[in-house]
Amino acid sequence: MSTDSLNRLIAQAEAEVARQMQVCNACRYCEGYCAVFPAMARRLEFPSADTHYLANLCHNCGACLHACQYAPPHEFAINVPQAMARLRVQTYAHFAWPHRLGALYSRNGLWLALALAWSLALFLVLALALKGSLWHGLLAGDFYAIFPHNLLVALFAPIFVFVVFALAMGVSRFWREIAPAGDPLAAPHAGEAWREATANALTLQYLGGGHGEGCSNSDDAPTPWRRRFHHVTAYGFLLCFASTCVATLYHYAIGWHAPYALTSLPVLLGIVGGAGLLVGPVGLLWLNIIRDPAQGDAQQKPMDRGFIALLLLTGVTGMALLALRDSLAMGVLLAVHLGVVMALFLTLPYGKFAHGVYRCAALLNWAIEKRQPSRLRLSDA
Amino acid sequence: MTMENMVDVLVIGGGNAALCAALTAREAGASVLLLEAAPRAWRGGNSIHTRNLRCMHDAPQDVLTEAYPEEEFWQDLLKVTGGKTNETLARKVIVDSSRCRDWMRGHGVHFQPSLSGTLHLSRTNAFFMGGGKALVNAYYRSAQQLGIQVRYETPVHRLVLEGGRFVAAHTNCGERIAARACVVANGGFESDREWVREAWGQNAAGEWPADNFLVRGTRFNMGVVLKDLMAQGVDTIGDPTQAHMVAIDARAPLYDGGICTRVDCVSLGIMVNKNAQRFYDEGEDFWPKRYAIWGRLVAQQPGQIGYSITDAKAVGRFMPPVFEGCKAGSLPELARQLGLDEAGLMETVSQYNAACRVGHFDHAVLDDCHTEGLAPAKTHWALPIDTAPFYGYALRPGITFTYLGTRVDEDARMQFGGQPSANLFAAGEVMAGNVLGQGYTAGVGMTIGTVFGRIAGAESAKAAMKVVA
Repeated sequence: MSTDSLNRLIAQAEAEVARQMQVCNACRYCEGYCAVFPAMARRLEFPSADTHYLANLCHNCGACLHACQYAPPHEFAINVPQAMARLRVQTYAHFAWPHRLGALYSRNGLWLALALAWSLALFLVLALALKGSLWHGLLAGDFYAIFPHNLLVALFAPIFVFVVFALAMGVSRFWREIAPAGDPLAAPHAGEAWREATANALTLQYLGGGHGEGCSNSDDAPTPWRRRFHHVTAYGFLLCFASTCVATLYHYAIGWHAPYALTSLPVLLGIVGGAGLLVGPVGLLWLNIIRDPAQGDAQQKPMDRGFIALLLLTGVTGMALLALRDSLAMGVLLAVHLGVVMALFLTLPYGKFAHGVYRCAALLNWAIEKRQPSRLRLSDA
Repeated sequence: MTMENMVDVLVIGGGNAALCAALTAREAGASVLLLEAAPRAWRGGNSIHTRNLRCMHDAPQDVLTEAYPEEEFWQDLLKVTGGKTNETLARKVIVDSSRCRDWMRGHGVHFQPSLSGTLHLSRTNAFFMGGGKALVNAYYRSAQQLGIQVRYETPVHRLVLEGGRFVAAHTNCGERIAARACVVANGGFESDREWVREAWGQNAAGEWPADNFLVRGTRFNMGVVLKDLMAQGVDTIGDPTQAHMVAIDARAPLYDGGICTRVDCVSLGIMVNKNAQRFYDEGEDFWPKRYAIWGRLVAQQPGQIGYSITDAKAVGRFMPPVFEGCKAGSLPELARQLGLDEAGLMETVSQYNAACRVGHFDHAVLDDCHTEGLAPAKTHWALPIDTAPFYGYALRPGITFTYLGTRVDEDARMQFGGQPSANLFAAGEVMAGNVLGQGYTAGVGMTIGTVFGRIAGAESAKAAMKVVA
């Protein structure tokens, strides 16, 4: 997509959020649902940066859509979750680093598929090249007999560093625009604000629907399941990551080398995390399929589902590998699992994963901003 | 329909009062059928535009601060209605308002502290989280769980009565629905522009003022059943020319503009008519206490239009309006944008500016900024309009609801020639005039709808069971 057409799309999405926020700001009934509306109420106008801030503060819980007296078929056509979702994907594209790769968001399904195919092929071919066959004798779970440890480090470490760097570059540019006051550590009451933002992110406060009963999904009824499945997925992912970190520590700091026993910390973390990556994504996928099509942006379903599917594949292949690591299929399973994990990492900075990073920044900005006096002098009289 | 499968209670209407009646009747064991005139997407009538209900309470409660005792609520009601109220019914509403919220919560309604810009209501009014549409959604979900039958797009056009006793209702599609008891809770008649036009008639200038009115709420309150009941001799209450009217943005849609079309800067500037003349004291009292008189004031002006004029000093001091106002670097330019006579507006503003006696401006109190020697005076918050940019909003009368309705007794029974009906009840806007003969105070409509909805539900269930026994 050309820069011009990308900019036009961003401008359209920003203008729609600004238009809707002006209606909402004159109504304010949804103030109790989440942080978007109190943040809106501190403003009279919605320039570009503010629209991106509010869009990323929105968790697409859908409560305000169902409660809205101005939702379609009303001529005001207010659908905040949808307008915010459409802008969010532009946020990711606009702030992506390097900028050119932002275009990957607009055809994310294709990008995910290509990354996955390439990564799978890479590891299968590597296995063939290194061992001459995908089948081998019993190796008692020794992964390094297939792919030497140093080779894996050489393949994954640069990607991991790149992912962290790319996301950090994106979110820091985002931060500079939405928080012109700048340094989040120097803000008044910064400690409290960081604590609150962290708690809001870790508990998914704003998927609670304001009353804690959960968010809307297929209809106007609140359901706690999206929040729960998201927790299971996110914490499952973090446990798997922790498993890798502990194993790295064992390898380098203590000199304990894989394979690790079933009762060892890396394996236990991996089992629990892997189970999370089985259950969580299945639940999220189910909720995504039955979600009211008016809630959110239907065009982003490939990106949402692609990311969920990759997480699920990571869980499935990881658990299969663990279950069959002593069998003849270990080599194939390992190659497939590593291919999936590599695809997951390659796509992290240019896919749905970005939502977590930008949302945390928006939550932090809100936690800082709400502790500052309003610039408005709205009297109650 | 045979007696065996005849429904116990038929509820006509689909807003707050209708739902409260249906849920209560169902809880009492009656089978219930609810007929909503609107399609599902527009269900809930004017209730979807509400945001709170006024509640009596003797001590702070969850979202309510301090206390709002029965006597104070009663005095407030007496004051706003100018005595046009029924004390027995009013006190029933007040007392039940202190205990209905647990029941509401039981049906999925959530409350939240008063919204920003409404702190003056934090003591008296409990706000629905997400507003009235969220409340209506919760009630419909509960209705479904309890096995209440709901039919959308089913307006009723005639009731079959026998000596004041309900027999059946005829729907617009020609169906006859019999029931053992009936609750009419389908609002006033403000959506019927012909009826409102007829009620308002022609003014001295030969205009039909109602042609320029907007309807703030639903397009489905056509008053068809009310008209039919009146033709069949139901006892009525209230005056058809009376309606709650607010001055709202002239660009608001004809129906369902709701809360966001209000313009809250009147008390910060001046209001002129289409001849660029002022016509009322903009600073008479706090805006929440005065906004409801401006609909009628504008309705009495030529062309039924008014223009609120402010300057840069007002920006950020009032709730942001839904539409951008006209904005101009000079007053003549603003006059041109608004279609007002330039010289006329300049004259009005310079007279006003010269008359301003500026003391200490404070919009949170009845301050000492006022005019001297100006008619009409502006008694508070009078600051000269002298700082560009200047802003202008065109305002039209917007009807919230009508007051004409059916007379009811303590059991929400309709009456025919002073005789209470055995099985025909009313709740909500169609009978609110019994308690609120004129005027308004925030949230009282929802309180009346909730309390009388529940009464009508319980009594209609009883009446239906009596028939069965």
